[in-house]
Amino acid sequence: MRAARATLASATAVALAVIATGCTEKSDAKAGDDHLISVTATDDKCEVDKKEFPAGHIELAVENKGSKVTEVYILFPDDRIVTERENIGPGTKQNVTAEVKAGSYQIACKPGMKGDGIRQQVKATGGGESAKRDPKLDAAVAAYRKYAQEQADETLPLAKKFADAVKAGDIAAAKAAYAPSRIGWERTEPVAESFGDIDPKVDLREDGLEEGQDLEKDWTGWHRLERSLWQDGKLTDRDKELADLLIKDLEAWQDKVNEAEITPTSMANGAKELLDEVATGKVTGEEERYSHTDLVDFKANVEGAEESYNLLKPVAEKNDPELVKELDQQFAALNTLLDKYRKDKNSYDFTSYDKVGKDERKELSDGVNALAEPLSKLAAAVVK
Amino acid sequence: MGDKAEVPSRRSVLGWGGAGLALGAAAAGGTVAALGDDGDGTTPVAESGAAVPFHGKHQAGIATAVQDRLHFAAFDVKTKDRAELIELLKEWTEAAALMTQGHPVGQGAYGGIVEAPPDDTGEALGLKPSRLTLTVGFGPSLFDGRFGLEGKRPKALVDLPKFPGDNLDPARSGGDLCVQACADDPQVAVHAIRNLARIGFGKVAIRWSQLGFGKTSSTTPDAQTPRNMMGFKDGTRNIAGTDTENLRKHVWVSEKDGPDWMAGGSYLVARRIRMNIETWDRTSLKEQEDIFGRTKGEGAPFGKKREHDEPNLKAMPEVAHVRLAHPDTNGGAMMLRRGYSFTDGTDGLGRLDAGLFFLAYQRDVRDSFIPVQLNLARRDVLNEYIQHVGSAVFAVPPGVRTDSDWWGKALFSEGA
Repeated sequence: MRAARATLASATAVALAVIATGCTEKSDAKAGDDHLISVTATDDKCEVDKKEFPAGHIELAVENKGSKVTEVYILFPDDRIVTERENIGPGTKQNVTAEVKAGSYQIACKPGMKGDGIRQQVKATGGGESAKRDPKLDAAVAAYRKYAQEQADETLPLAKKFADAVKAGDIAAAKAAYAPSRIGWERTEPVAESFGDIDPKVDLREDGLEEGQDLEKDWTGWHRLERSLWQDGKLTDRDKELADLLIKDLEAWQDKVNEAEITPTSMANGAKELLDEVATGKVTGEEERYSHTDLVDFKANVEGAEESYNLLKPVAEKNDPELVKELDQQFAALNTLLDKYRKDKNSYDFTSYDKVGKDERKELSDGVNALAEPLSKLAAAVVK
Repeated sequence: MGDKAEVPSRRSVLGWGGAGLALGAAAAGGTVAALGDDGDGTTPVAESGAAVPFHGKHQAGIATAVQDRLHFAAFDVKTKDRAELIELLKEWTEAAALMTQGHPVGQGAYGGIVEAPPDDTGEALGLKPSRLTLTVGFGPSLFDGRFGLEGKRPKALVDLPKFPGDNLDPARSGGDLCVQACADDPQVAVHAIRNLARIGFGKVAIRWSQLGFGKTSSTTPDAQTPRNMMGFKDGTRNIAGTDTENLRKHVWVSEKDGPDWMAGGSYLVARRIRMNIETWDRTSLKEQEDIFGRTKGEGAPFGKKREHDEPNLKAMPEVAHVRLAHPDTNGGAMMLRRGYSFTDGTDGLGRLDAGLFFLAYQRDVRDSFIPVQLNLARRDVLNEYIQHVGSAVFAVPPGVRTDSDWWGKALFSEGA
């Protein structure tokens, strides 16, 4: 969606927060070493032999004494992953290493590789302890991280349905599956954009191509297929390749979501950025210039922004109750306005944007400005 | 151009001699003097860069010596909550008081909390106040009952009638509120509107706005009279900013005019007048001068030598613009004109999208703009070269007197 422009967010946030590397190799750490933590995983327990250790290089010696295949994670308080190891079979041992700064962490075992896991609070001690964290904000970030992952997880089957229709040459089915396949992406786009390489592969618009780039060879993703479906009215062999490529790229996104650097500030700014997307791309009808499904993206952007906002609200409410009042009112107003363009409030079957007149677009634009202006103040209200 | 039948052909004016005014409307016998804003606060004229006092009996930006640049914005009120509208007018007043004195709004453009966007947008940092004035007005639609103001609408705030030849674009017309930003530096004027619009998001939304350059009327008759896009001097006989007598008679609403909240205010008519620049430029000098009733070089009325010589209307063609707009042709009607030229690039047909953004202040629209414009719209030969494409009328309340006063306070408080 961001077309060709590199954003500040993607430039900085590519720095994946993971400071650690998983490693199954035998390590040099010796028993009794402060830095070696034994983790005994069973089907209902996750025992660690020490809950405090010096910051720096650490190593988890994991033994799975249970009957299920398990996973072990080191997590930041906001659920961001420091490192992880999957597929630790019953009766096997694996070692996982990481580089950790002073601060609080959790070690989680996930018997059956499902759910939130069984967790232990641990602490890395030493100098340079990070600033005191607000547990409410950690909870907000953790919940948002879960939301972002869910959006990616829910998108894949919808995208596959779209890709399958393209591959089957079924234009009508592909058109019907197009917009729904984008909703999860649009809701969490700032997260996806933080991995600088994925967004241009899946969401580049025609105007984002550079001089000399080839329309057939260099343009991939949803909007290339959108053009084939609505503008060209035919699906080529290349389109079928592109459908597979789209799934491959979206799977990379799905895998990476849990690595995204998410902070309360980036959540607040991400909410604002979603409204920026609406203001610059959707209200103008540029985003979905062939399919005119802009209002579906519009709604998804607003939903994603509202999710971030709702999660940050408990903190923002304390620091700036006036702002929260204003945001509640403006989110409600914009959602009410959007509802005018769909018959069923539970469906994403919105009016085609080419049927939305100039005055109506102005009204939508005014609604976006009314929400985006106070939303730009959310980050400050969260860090205050 | 509407009633073609009533518009004489250009040919009919050839061969006449005459004298007159300029595009727009009436003006007359103002005294030539220095500058001021109604005598109770002088406005430095030549000193470009100075600040014009914000507080006063009348709003600045009316009798104030006309600045070089304009950004005019009309707003729709989006909130349905009267208290929110009042809050906005207070915030706007506060911001206007700061900006007109050359200060940024709120906590400034930098130095605040880094996670928040700065309060001020910053592009006027380091620029002089540039005689910025901000003048607010209330449109007829504000009194439609949304805010309990239906009983407060001044009788003089009428909806303008349709004039022959009008081709008004609703997207460039009307508005619940307006703000006229005038400054000698265009960036200062644009900064002011941009920041007021930003403060207003959620409560108001810009309906339309217009940039103007090259003032087309001056309120400083001793200075060189500016020219409009047709190349003619415009506003030779405008009401001077120091002409207290004519300001009192023709511009300021008096206490006995009513309603009380308008005493010291004025009524503003804004018209976007598109000029057919290319066809005008192909018109002979003689015909151009006949159309106006003044010479192009000196600006002298027909039959006279100097620009400021008293015009002899009978020396002009009957349908010359200046003659038709003259107070003597309109029962003495006068307005204070403050228009600007505009050029919004070109239209899709390769023609300049240019003309006059006409702004005129008057005591009662019914006695001045309406009769004068009816006269012009029916008969003016200039109509062949112009078209009115945008229109709005506003009640401009009196000035903000003190720090605790705000734009519209009397309107919203009175009898509440």
